[in-house]
Amino acid sequence: MYRYDEFDQTLVDERVVQFRDQVQRRLSGELTEPQFKPLRLMNGLYMQLHAYMLRVAIPYGMMSSEQLRMLAHIARRYDRGYGHFTTRQNIQYNWPKLPEVPDLLADLAKVQMNAIQTSGNSFRNTTADQYGGVAADEIEDPRIWSEIIRQWSTLHPEFSFLPRKFKIAVTGSPNDRAAVRFHDIGIVIVEGDGGEIGFEVLVGGGLGRSPFVAKTIRDFLPKQHLLSYLEAILRVYNQLGRRDNLFKARIKILVHETGTEEFARLVEDEWAQIKDAGVDLSVEEVGRIKAYFAPPVYEALDADVAEFRAQRDADPDFDLWAGTNLAPHRQPGYAIVNLSLKPEGGPPGDATADQMDRVADLADTFSLGEIRVTHEQNLVFAHVRQADLHELWTELTAIAMTTPNMGLITDTICCPGLDYCNLANARSIPVAQRISRRFADLKLQHNIGELRIKMSGCINACGHHHAGHIGILGVDRKGEEYYQITLGGSGAEDASIGKVIGPAFSEDAVVDAVATVVNVYVAKRKDGERFLDTCRRIGPEPFKEKLYGAH
Amino acid sequence: MALIKDGAFVDDAWTTVGDDDPVPGDQPAIVGFERWQRDRDQLLARGAPLGVRLSSDQPPALIADDLGHFDVVALEFPRFGDGRAYSYARLLRQRHGYTGEVRAVGDVLRDQFLFMHRCGFDAFEVTDQTEIGHWQQALSEISVVYQPAADDRPPAPTQRAAT
Repeated sequence: MYRYDEFDQTLVDERVVQFRDQVQRRLSGELTEPQFKPLRLMNGLYMQLHAYMLRVAIPYGMMSSEQLRMLAHIARRYDRGYGHFTTRQNIQYNWPKLPEVPDLLADLAKVQMNAIQTSGNSFRNTTADQYGGVAADEIEDPRIWSEIIRQWSTLHPEFSFLPRKFKIAVTGSPNDRAAVRFHDIGIVIVEGDGGEIGFEVLVGGGLGRSPFVAKTIRDFLPKQHLLSYLEAILRVYNQLGRRDNLFKARIKILVHETGTEEFARLVEDEWAQIKDAGVDLSVEEVGRIKAYFAPPVYEALDADVAEFRAQRDADPDFDLWAGTNLAPHRQPGYAIVNLSLKPEGGPPGDATADQMDRVADLADTFSLGEIRVTHEQNLVFAHVRQADLHELWTELTAIAMTTPNMGLITDTICCPGLDYCNLANARSIPVAQRISRRFADLKLQHNIGELRIKMSGCINACGHHHAGHIGILGVDRKGEEYYQITLGGSGAEDASIGKVIGPAFSEDAVVDAVATVVNVYVAKRKDGERFLDTCRRIGPEPFKEKLYGAH
Repeated sequence: MALIKDGAFVDDAWTTVGDDDPVPGDQPAIVGFERWQRDRDQLLARGAPLGVRLSSDQPPALIADDLGHFDVVALEFPRFGDGRAYSYARLLRQRHGYTGEVRAVGDVLRDQFLFMHRCGFDAFEVTDQTEIGHWQQALSEISVVYQPAADDRPPAPTQRAAT
């Protein structure tokens, strides 16, 4: 993975000093809270319901074991012993105290981490496919370009006061595991005519109160021009994006109101003027960054690992886990392992300091000391020998991270909701916990098959409910928490926005409603059909009938 | 208000003139874009330097052909969060080749000085509470930049290539 050089480290160290000064000015009363707010928001520090919340960037979800140990230390030293992994592959701490935040940031800087631009109206953490560099279906490693974007977008002088926040995601595979079509800019690495590798560029995707699937504005961008093309998009957006209405300020509204073709023309016109003006990196600099992501030295192993097969045959629990929580690795004899942060009844995406420490140790033993965070709020070990899987599974089971539910109904994406967030209208974690208990029976979950529930506690859609096969949106109805259900969304390469099925359900009724939806699917599905496929084939009526027919 | 230029407080020789106020005939004056459009000939007939002030929805392309007439282009920040003028400043410098003064006016805060300077601003109208030490600190506290802009700081990729 990427390692800071003297330039990267100097910037982060200086940023800590700068922020320490800003905090000091706040504590001394020189700055009022309204004056301090824009400064703390440029460094990931939010004021939540009960306390400050600090969001720490994990660039495209990549961490070393050393970094994860530091995150554990921070959870213990500055927080209440846990952290929450987010859909931007970041981690949030819910209880830091303002006077201690500079020390916290200094600790992070010791392991090449920071909280720069994890909030505010600028570039947020660039996210990427968590299987970068190891996926069997990958065209090229998205992390190289994510790191290049990370550097270019850090403290960008022209684009630090955009109309609204700005999120970029990169995938190197046709199978989209990074939800790129719901990003302000989605970048898909593609193979052009003649085998040249480049980028398909999509803009204007997003969730929130006006969800849009991103539109392609360029089918093929030669690789060397990525940054100048991004700069052109951002320059158009910075000048023309709406600033009169917070809710219409994202680029998705500009693209929608301008029209995709016209927007693409504006970008192309701007790009024509800057494509050779020195924004793009030299071949040497791209090569320098690429070298950090060179494949590790793997052992030459057989694709068929008899020991692994025998262990699966002998141990049904292990077999069940291997069936859901592993992904194909490009190197024979290896596997990608998903660590579930969705145990039965647990808050999705949370990990304790003790769990983090243990995961760091296991990563050192089994996966070259490297850990990844997924946008679905789980963790990944990307380089595990298949022969080691049973031993790893045993160790992970001891810390409750082997729930065999990847992609299943209890693998819920969930925002913090009203338990923490001052934007929320409703609690989301308790509903996720109840769904997780309701469908805890593994046989049942596996019988239902792939079903992605995504839940947000308010219209801002941090829990991606629009993109859920089943989406759940918390709404406030005269002071009571209600939950609206949407069906048929997808955050993958077949991206779609779920449609509201009908009136919202009370807190007591929402889990039963989900169960009703699932029952309709199970009754109507044809062989091999996922929930999403059935939903798309039969439409909303059969679900409506069962959900509301009796009334 | 006070004016920072070339790293120091300077006396502001310029008068900013409202759209319907009389323009002094013999003093440097900054007028709004509408005034410039309306009274162009009279303004040019004066024997004193002229500047123009653009609001945040007036891109510099509007005055691209007239830049030779202006010694100052003032770009407004109606609130610090409205970042359009960062793009405008770069376009003035890097697309239109403007070499006169580019002045930041409006909600100009010390925590923005570095970004403004990088985008090509070289004069800053600030509140009287601003100290010159703030300016120096803001421009020096982050010494690494990653991307080329309208300033002469060498970006990290360039520096890496040189080492």
